[in-house]
Amino acid sequence: MSLHNIPIKSESVEPYSIGNPRALLTEIAARLEKLAKEGVASSMDLNSLPFAPGEYDQLRVLLGDGEVNARIDAMGASEVMETRYPGVWWVTHYNVEGDIIADSIEITEIPEILKSQPADIEGGLALLQAQIHGLDA
Amino acid sequence: MNQDQFLTWVRGPGLNIALGVFVLGLLWRLFEIYTLGRKPDLAAPRRRPGASGLRTMFTRSIPAQTLFKRSALSYVAGYVFHIGLAVIVLLFAQHIRLIRSVVGLSWPALPAPVIDATTVVTLATMVLILVDRINKPVKRFISTFQDYAVWTVTFLPVLTGYMANRHFLLPYTVMLALHILSAELLLACMPFTKLIHAFTLWGSRWYNGDANAKKGVPV
Amino acid sequence: MADQKTVGERLAEQGVSRRAFLKFCAALATMMALPPEAGRAMAEALAQSRRPSVIWLSFQECTGCTESLTRSASPTLENMIFNMISLDYHETLQAASGYGAEKSRADAMKENYGKYLLLVDGSVALGQGGAYSTVAGRSNLDMLQEAAKGAAAVVAVGTCSSFGGIPAAQPNPTGAVPVTDIVKDKPVINVSGCPPIPVVITGVLAHYLTFGQLPALDALGRPTAFYGNSIHDRCYRRPFYDQGKFAKTFDDEGARNGWCLFELGCKGPTTHNACATTKWNGGTSFPIESGHGCLGCSEPNFWDGGSFYAPLSTPTSALSLATDAVVAGVAVGAAVSVANRMKKKHAKAGHEPATVSDLKK
Repeated sequence: MSLHNIPIKSESVEPYSIGNPRALLTEIAARLEKLAKEGVASSMDLNSLPFAPGEYDQLRVLLGDGEVNARIDAMGASEVMETRYPGVWWVTHYNVEGDIIADSIEITEIPEILKSQPADIEGGLALLQAQIHGLDA
Repeated sequence: MNQDQFLTWVRGPGLNIALGVFVLGLLWRLFEIYTLGRKPDLAAPRRRPGASGLRTMFTRSIPAQTLFKRSALSYVAGYVFHIGLAVIVLLFAQHIRLIRSVVGLSWPALPAPVIDATTVVTLATMVLILVDRINKPVKRFISTFQDYAVWTVTFLPVLTGYMANRHFLLPYTVMLALHILSAELLLACMPFTKLIHAFTLWGSRWYNGDANAKKGVPV
Repeated sequence: MADQKTVGERLAEQGVSRRAFLKFCAALATMMALPPEAGRAMAEALAQSRRPSVIWLSFQECTGCTESLTRSASPTLENMIFNMISLDYHETLQAASGYGAEKSRADAMKENYGKYLLLVDGSVALGQGGAYSTVAGRSNLDMLQEAAKGAAAVVAVGTCSSFGGIPAAQPNPTGAVPVTDIVKDKPVINVSGCPPIPVVITGVLAHYLTFGQLPALDALGRPTAFYGNSIHDRCYRRPFYDQGKFAKTFDDEGARNGWCLFELGCKGPTTHNACATTKWNGGTSFPIESGHGCLGCSEPNFWDGGSFYAPLSTPTSALSLATDAVVAGVAVGAAVSVANRMKKKHAKAGHEPATVSDLKK
């Protein structure tokens, strides 16, 4: 049997829950309250959580989609999405190969990554001035 | 020696030595006891149907009414913690796996939460028994160092096992090593203390039954 | 050599925006369980820093640690970190060889004396005066002692340099020892694992570069940010362990349902590493998730801890004393019972019946 003829049988496990979605929602609510009352932003890393099969998707469904959906292209894609609960953002960073390098829920008015960075602004200003100079010449 | 080396030692040479001492001690003591023999009974035996050594091996498991009334706690607590110990040792999946690796036999295990509850009951009952021994004046008076030492040597494996499984107090590696070490200590002590009753009680009961049967009394 | 340009300037030259850099620093900060503000602080601190010189010495190693670190062709976290350091000596990765390479190393060490980071993989061979492992005619011991003198800190990459690893497994024919046995007067951090997870190596470097000091370490010198928890503590199969549902063999019903692998020899409970959270291959999976028990590769002496397939509740070696104990037990029992019988016989023979006159005395 040649290498290409070896059959691939993939078996998926039935989804089950060990309580992660409910616990996470409670934590998000507590942090959202802190944001509302004290203006304190925070973030929760999803990569390190021991999700059972199916729980990650369950969380997505529970948090839902909101009004904002942004895609960043900086050395790989980044997806920044506000959930149906304003102030609760789901931020996923990918590298160029499409692997997830960071996946978190940020409870904030706006995720840091969406803001333009001061160093980039200065760099852009220099480029813009050069372009204007080029147009004049 | 770091904690991983400690665990490897108790799982290797430690167990080997403990089992060796246990087997050596057990055979020596049983040999010694049973070769002593008894004085021959020269009277003609009076046989009654149903009276025999074998019968007594089972009837002794039920306490006499009068004795039970005097110290119900001893009997009830005694049964509870003995059964608890048997359940924990023989029906916990990790222990069954150990038995399988040593003798090759295996059987289904009970769910972990059931064993957990059993352990708590066993620990509480053993503490109760110790408290009773200290509180009751007669029991306290006749208790020797061995009584307390044997209680400790039996209590420690149950306690350390529970703590290891629940990740209490010390890092798991150390806790597991201490649990295995305490079990090895129990094994090594067994033949040389009153813990040998686990093996000798059957012979004792049989002898009592047989001696009384020859007198014509079923006990 | 160490740069005069800052990391930020170099990144800008390569067309990497600050936002892209912030993205990677944020990812790194969350992996080290630092608060989100730390990601921004990291990005700012690193951007302003100048790339420090890093010397990488390889001793008795399999090069797996270097392989682990360099497994990606496209820009990744690991590559980003490599942009932040100036790797002035690495026998496998460098283009130069021979005396030229050795001279570069000597020059880098002299120029950055007291400030360079020394990374070591592989154990140090002490047997036969160090002859078991030499580079350019010099023993590992010699090279390590010389390099450590001018290092600001030493990072022992992998279980071999952290604890001795496979060369130090019984019977340790080369007299292999870990770095901490040799270097006593400089801060040493053990990044153990066989190999370590790539981002753990780079996370430690980033922490050092950002905060100027080594992260908090556990009793074995490993960073608690990555080695603080055991695999068992963060394993997604833990509910099955707690319920007592174990896979009995590979590919049986329990294994297919993703049950706990304790009975297949998983050393998760006694192993500290970040495999269960950070995972491998860019977060793809880790051994237990792929159906095989943990080997315990980030712990000292894991090679000598019994079979990888022997559960933690079973013996690590054969129980050899049992048969001898049987023979010895019967022998001792027989001897003692003979002695007892003699005692009884003598007592009976020496028995003097008491008379009334004895009682009157």
